[in-house]
Amino acid sequence: MNDFLSLFSLPFMQRALVAALLTGLAAPAIGTFLVQRRLALLGDGIGHVAVTGVAIGLLTGASPTWTAVVVAVLGAVLIEVIRERGHTNGDVALALLFYGGLAGGVLITGIAGQGAARLQEYLFGSLTSISAGDVWFTFGLTVVLLVTTLGLLPQLFAVASDPEFARVAGLRVRAYNLLIAVLAAVTVTVAMRTVGLLLVSALMVVPVATAQQLARSFRTTLTGAMVVGVLAALGGLLLSAALSFRATVAPGPTIVLLALAMFASTWPIGVWLRRRRRLLSPFPAVESTSHTVTDEHPHEHGQACGHPAVPHEDHVDYVHDGHRHAVHGEHYDEH
Amino acid sequence: MSVTPDAPAPVVVRGGSVAIGGRPILRGIDLTVEPGEFLALLGANGSGKSTLVRAITGLLPMAAGSVSLFGTAYADFRDWHRIGFVPQRSTASSGVPSTVWEVVASGRITRRRPFLPLSREDRQAIADAIDVVGLGDRASIGISQLSGGQQQRALIARALAGQPDLLVLDEPAAGVDLANQQALADALGVLKARGATIVLVAHELGPMEPLIDRAVVMRDGRVAYSGPALGARDGHDHHHAEGSTHDHVPHVGSPFDGLGGGR
Repeated sequence: MNDFLSLFSLPFMQRALVAALLTGLAAPAIGTFLVQRRLALLGDGIGHVAVTGVAIGLLTGASPTWTAVVVAVLGAVLIEVIRERGHTNGDVALALLFYGGLAGGVLITGIAGQGAARLQEYLFGSLTSISAGDVWFTFGLTVVLLVTTLGLLPQLFAVASDPEFARVAGLRVRAYNLLIAVLAAVTVTVAMRTVGLLLVSALMVVPVATAQQLARSFRTTLTGAMVVGVLAALGGLLLSAALSFRATVAPGPTIVLLALAMFASTWPIGVWLRRRRRLLSPFPAVESTSHTVTDEHPHEHGQACGHPAVPHEDHVDYVHDGHRHAVHGEHYDEH
Repeated sequence: MSVTPDAPAPVVVRGGSVAIGGRPILRGIDLTVEPGEFLALLGANGSGKSTLVRAITGLLPMAAGSVSLFGTAYADFRDWHRIGFVPQRSTASSGVPSTVWEVVASGRITRRRPFLPLSREDRQAIADAIDVVGLGDRASIGISQLSGGQQQRALIARALAGQPDLLVLDEPAAGVDLANQQALADALGVLKARGATIVLVAHELGPMEPLIDRAVVMRDGRVAYSGPALGARDGHDHHHAEGSTHDHVPHVGSPFDGLGGGR
């Protein structure tokens, strides 16, 4: 245990924690808009394109982070243009870039004479090798991202939920769509060092899917997703650090699996809550045509009888075995 | 929303022509909508009524002719808050859940500045819009939990949240049961009484018929009739033009379609 606590005094661990916190905030914030536009895999597509960016950095000796930002932004714009102009579906546009990005990245890394190990740092993240400069870079990008997504929330929400309405409302829909794509690209490169390019989309999508299980408004989903993202990123990092005394445990996969575990545990709760709400929502008030009395009814309904009591006009109906029984004097009515 | 006698007409289309994929759909459209008028655009499927509405709102460019809104040519028009648009069968459900209030509040976007929170006036307008369409008790419910007719009413509330002077609705009553059509007509009646100008695309007028000031019937991309609404009870229903419907823009899946094979 003391070994574990002493980890916090290590500078690289402190930097890793800050980077994980920032990524956990930023990725779900933009991810919510992607999920809303049914572009959940956009982050994945951009991540694959960014592999080529990293490879170009390795080849030219420039900072792979910066080349990844540039190439990822270009890729994101390209996906958006193909989606908007071509009559191709969004997912086909994504698939095209998926393969091009990954193939280009592996090819160029080979030409640069770099081994797979170097590329792997970017593919699956290497929180522990983050420099102080990287942390500041991540911090700056996260601030930009959060200010833009939260500040322009009404605009982005309108554009993502109904582009035609947004256009007639005078919004420049194409500009906002490009903004979302560019912000997604920036997020991918922010998260590149934490969870890696191949797993980055998980941190954008899984927290949103988790929050959705319990939320019914957009705002709650967005906030919930950011909370889940932070918990998963920090928790995953600490978990992997704690486990690393026994085995080689990479932080990236641990973060993603923790987020998935959170989804898996909220899912049944969400199913149960939705079922319960449906069961207990009031029956519509309709003028009844007849008065039907139950046959012999040995059971006595009451507050604690265990049968759902559903509001119906000025009384409650007790629901069981496909019947709706309402108390009427000494007997029950079929409603 | 008050009407002054010499206010510029909310919509003026002169010699309007719209082409999709190089094929002219609308030709020679001349249409003026007067302030405070309730205009119904009628016609068969493919007659061009939705295309006309999309041209008026700027979603489709004009191939020839001009559109002006409130006396301003379309290219110079910036007062988007004066227009409320209800698209046809909009995808009210999206990947992330949202409440009725949130959807309606997004209509206020026409009057909000970026990066600023909702003002009290904004909140009042949103609450008022929800009340007008009769969804006051459902504001915090998820939009996907509403029935089709109620979703349509929520989309109308969204257009109203910006307090527009001109409301453009593209088939709001399609696939909506009679009770919801009545609720819709009631909401439009309130707006008409407040002096709003309304342009409505419809197949059937139903409960909205008494509100209509003028009906314009489209046929094959041209205006075929403009005048008082002729109800079905007149015995001869002119709004449903005879003839088959046809594609104005034939779908070409592959350039080699029709070179044998298949049929």
